[in-house]
Amino acid sequence: MTATGSKILSFGHYQPSRVLTNDDLAQMVDTNDEWIQSRVGIKERRIADGETVADMAGFAAEKALAASGLTAADIDLIIVATCSNADRSPNTACKVAAKLGIASPAAFDLNTACSGFSYALANADHAIRAGAARNAIVIGVEKLSEITDWTDRSTAVIFGDGAGAAVITLTTGDEEPGIGPVVWGSEPSEAIAINGWRPYIVQEGQKVFRWATTTVPGIALAACEKAGVLPADLGGFVPHQANLRIIEPVARKIGVNPDVVARDIVESGNTSAASIPLALSKMIERGEVKSGTPVLLVGFGGGLTYAGQVVRCP
Amino acid sequence: MTKDEIVAGLAEILEEVAGVNPDDVTEEKSFTEDLDVDSLSMVEVVVAAEEKFGVKIPDDEVQNLKTVGDAADFVLKQA
Repeated sequence: MTATGSKILSFGHYQPSRVLTNDDLAQMVDTNDEWIQSRVGIKERRIADGETVADMAGFAAEKALAASGLTAADIDLIIVATCSNADRSPNTACKVAAKLGIASPAAFDLNTACSGFSYALANADHAIRAGAARNAIVIGVEKLSEITDWTDRSTAVIFGDGAGAAVITLTTGDEEPGIGPVVWGSEPSEAIAINGWRPYIVQEGQKVFRWATTTVPGIALAACEKAGVLPADLGGFVPHQANLRIIEPVARKIGVNPDVVARDIVESGNTSAASIPLALSKMIERGEVKSGTPVLLVGFGGGLTYAGQVVRCP
Repeated sequence: MTKDEIVAGLAEILEEVAGVNPDDVTEEKSFTEDLDVDSLSMVEVVVAAEEKFGVKIPDDEVQNLKTVGDAADFVLKQA
C-alpha cells in the first residue's frame, strides 16, 4: 500500500532518577531558588549518573515501541536527535537498534540542537512519504550535564538530561495523515554555542531570548496554517522547553488555550532535543492531551535552528 | 516626538511588561537598580519600544541603556 503520509502511534520517555534541585545548585554556584524560578521557571532537573546518551535513548525507545503495537521486526528507520552524544561512531541510532534487537534499520543521528526532535520527525515523515521507510522510531535525547560548565551560574541552572521517543507509521487509503507539514529553517548565529573539544554550552541569554520571543510565534502560526488548524483548537502546545518566560508569552501571542501548554521545564529543566518528546510523553501519560487532538510542536535553539509541525496525538 | 512623550511611552511599556508603577518612571531611574527590571524583562521592554517608536535597538546597544533617560535619548536619536 502506498503511504499517504505518516502518524505517531505512541510515545515513551526516560529520565534519570537523580534529582538536582535549585537548592542543590545554590551549594555549587552563587544562585538561589527564587532567582532561578523567576528567570527560567525551573524547580528541579534530572541528571544522569551512569547512563549514556544511547542508554537513555534505548530506554525511551523501548517504552514507545512497547506501547505502539509494533515489534522490533517492523521498524525500518531510526532517527536520533542529539547534540550531546560523546561517541561519534557507531552513532546513537545504531546503538538503539542493537539494544532493541532491530535487525537492519536505516539508522542515523542528526544535530540541530534544541530543534532536533521536530527535524527528526519531519525526516521520518518524509522518508515514509517517499516510500523509503514504513515504521520509524524517532528519538530526542540529551546528556547536557556532560557539556555543562558547572561553574557558570548563567548556564548551570538551566540544563538537564533525558530522552523521549515516538513510533511513527505510514497512513494509507482514506486515513488522515497525522504529521503535518514542517516549517523549518535557520538563522546562523553563535548566540548558543557548543564548540571545540571538550565543549561546554555557552549562550548569550538576552540575544536568544529576544530571538525566541519574537521569532517562534511566527513559526508556530505558520505550522498551524500549513496544517489547517487554528491555534485555539489545539489539544496541546509543546514548544521546546527552553524557559518558562519564553513558553508563556509565545503561547499567549498565538492564542492557544493556556491549559494545554507543556510546562515540563519546571521539573525537567531544558533538555534540548529531548524536551519536546519528553514533555509530550509525560502529558499523554497523565491524560492531559486527548487522543486524536492536534498538538503543535515547535523546536528552536542552537544554530540558530527551528522546526515545527502539528501532529495528531496518538 | 518629545523626550517627555518617549518617557511616558516607556512608562506604559514598563507597566505592561514588568508591572512597574508608571509614576515611578522618571529619566534618572535605572532599569535594573531602581525599577527592578531583570535582564529578560529588559529585552521585552526593548522589543516593545522598537514597535511603539518605530526604531531599531540592536542587542549590543541594550547594555548601554542603564536609565530611562538613556533609553529615551537613544530613541530620540533614532526616531
